[in-house]
Amino acid sequence: MSESIVRALKCRECGQEYPIEPTHVCEFCFGPLEVVYDYEKLEGKFTRELIESRPQTMWRYKELLPIDGEPTVGAQNGFTPLVRAKNLEKILGVKELYIKNDSVCYPTLSFKDRVVSVALSKAVEFGFKTVACASTGNLAGSVAANAAAAGLESYVFIPHDLEQGKVLGAGIFGTKIIGIKGKYDDVNRLCSEVAGKYGWAFVNVNVRPFYAEGSKSLGYEVMEQLGWKAPKHVVVPMASGSLCTKVDKSIKEFIKLGLIEDNGTAVYGAQATGCSPISKSVKDGTDMIHPVHADTIAKSLAIGNPADGFYANRVIKESGGWAEDISDDEVVAAMKLLAEAEGIFAETAGGVTLGCAKKMIESGKLPRDESIVLCITGNGLKTQEAVADHITKPRVIEASLKEFDVLAEADGVK
Amino acid sequence: MKLRIYLTFDEATVREPIIWKLAKEFDVITNIRTAEVKDHMGLVGLELEGESDVVEASVKWLESQGVHVEPIEQNVIEG
Ligand SMILES: Cc1ncc(COP(=O)(O)O)c(C=O)c1O
Ligand SMILES: [Zn+2]
Repeated sequence: MSESIVRALKCRECGQEYPIEPTHVCEFCFGPLEVVYDYEKLEGKFTRELIESRPQTMWRYKELLPIDGEPTVGAQNGFTPLVRAKNLEKILGVKELYIKNDSVCYPTLSFKDRVVSVALSKAVEFGFKTVACASTGNLAGSVAANAAAAGLESYVFIPHDLEQGKVLGAGIFGTKIIGIKGKYDDVNRLCSEVAGKYGWAFVNVNVRPFYAEGSKSLGYEVMEQLGWKAPKHVVVPMASGSLCTKVDKSIKEFIKLGLIEDNGTAVYGAQATGCSPISKSVKDGTDMIHPVHADTIAKSLAIGNPADGFYANRVIKESGGWAEDISDDEVVAAMKLLAEAEGIFAETAGGVTLGCAKKMIESGKLPRDESIVLCITGNGLKTQEAVADHITKPRVIEASLKEFDVLAEADGVK
Repeated sequence: MKLRIYLTFDEATVREPIIWKLAKEFDVITNIRTAEVKDHMGLVGLELEGESDVVEASVKWLESQGVHVEPIEQNVIEG
């Protein structure tokens, strides 16, 4: 086991460093804290060969994840398929398109299993017995499941009007699930008060700096699966904007460690128009994020006041990427397109990602002749309401060959 | 108790000396940790220290002045 290279928590605004503790804002300037590492300590030690020799989970990159020793929660999580999307390439008229398919992430079918296994492993390390989160849905399910497996108590807070699949997908794990009358931003506000009062590990409050690092594993996997190189373009769905910044961080780290060459990867953000504060800021050419009242079927992305909006905006601009947003109808159309073309049933956020990519390909923001990776981050079975009225219903017949012959003939089957 | 909050000022309130008034009105220690002021809006990170009921009353008072008050943890991430 190699030693941990985590150096400290560091304020993203003023640079003040803090010891590794369950804390998340700078005492001096209230800026967000981020985990920083001593990368030099890995020089010559963290090699492609070493990584390849390890089990296919997100923990094969454990040196770059902020836990001590081995993970105690979610040891099997991550390492989802990277799929070459040949059919979509034809449909969209692009040369090289891949889908990072986190809609099959273990165990709860969204990329949140990555962040949660880091957050809960860290919570166990800190000695917490109860874990909690504010969630737009996927996080709730992931916290509930991973906590159950780890023998931790959990409380999850969600907006009361979430999709059935998300509510059930958390409740089944025996978590204490609380529906809040209001939007995610109200849930968020309540949780900030709860977190201050109860001594729990709140994955997206007091253990947030550790939590957020888990998203980097998605980026590491993409680079390894591409044969140790970064894509030219990567499209990421955005709620708080955290995943977007961490995908960028993962690429920079691999470059720094000499694991890949600098490909000048451009990062693109995707949102639904009904909740698009970050994409709006990018399109308006400002770095001010104006909070909005979210109203979209892409509920997992419905954060009107995105905590990492400013940083996501900066990553997008500095990397030479762009941001886009699409209507709810376009989200549904893209969910169907992804399913029909590639056999992948993604949730609304996946529709947002593909739909925005399509729009950016058509507008020329995404070039057609360079490699593009789409991050598909959640599973369609959890947001069935979104497409239920838009799919073909079964044609019901008697169990009679005659009746089927009629159908087959109508379909033009020979 | 110590409370850490963000105050958002809009066009109507951004020019008022509200934090000064607050300290005159209530027995609280105000400690500004960060501030950004533009023509149309202002954002101030403030630490308030005092007896809990006084701190709570000061927050109510700030809101009554048209200032938007939120706990700094409000800026948490995720979904
Ligand atoms: C499926 C899915 N994709 C993407 C995101 C965006 O995450 P972030 O808050 O890191 O921008 C979320 C957040 O809840 C999500 O559930
Ligand atoms: Zn700071």
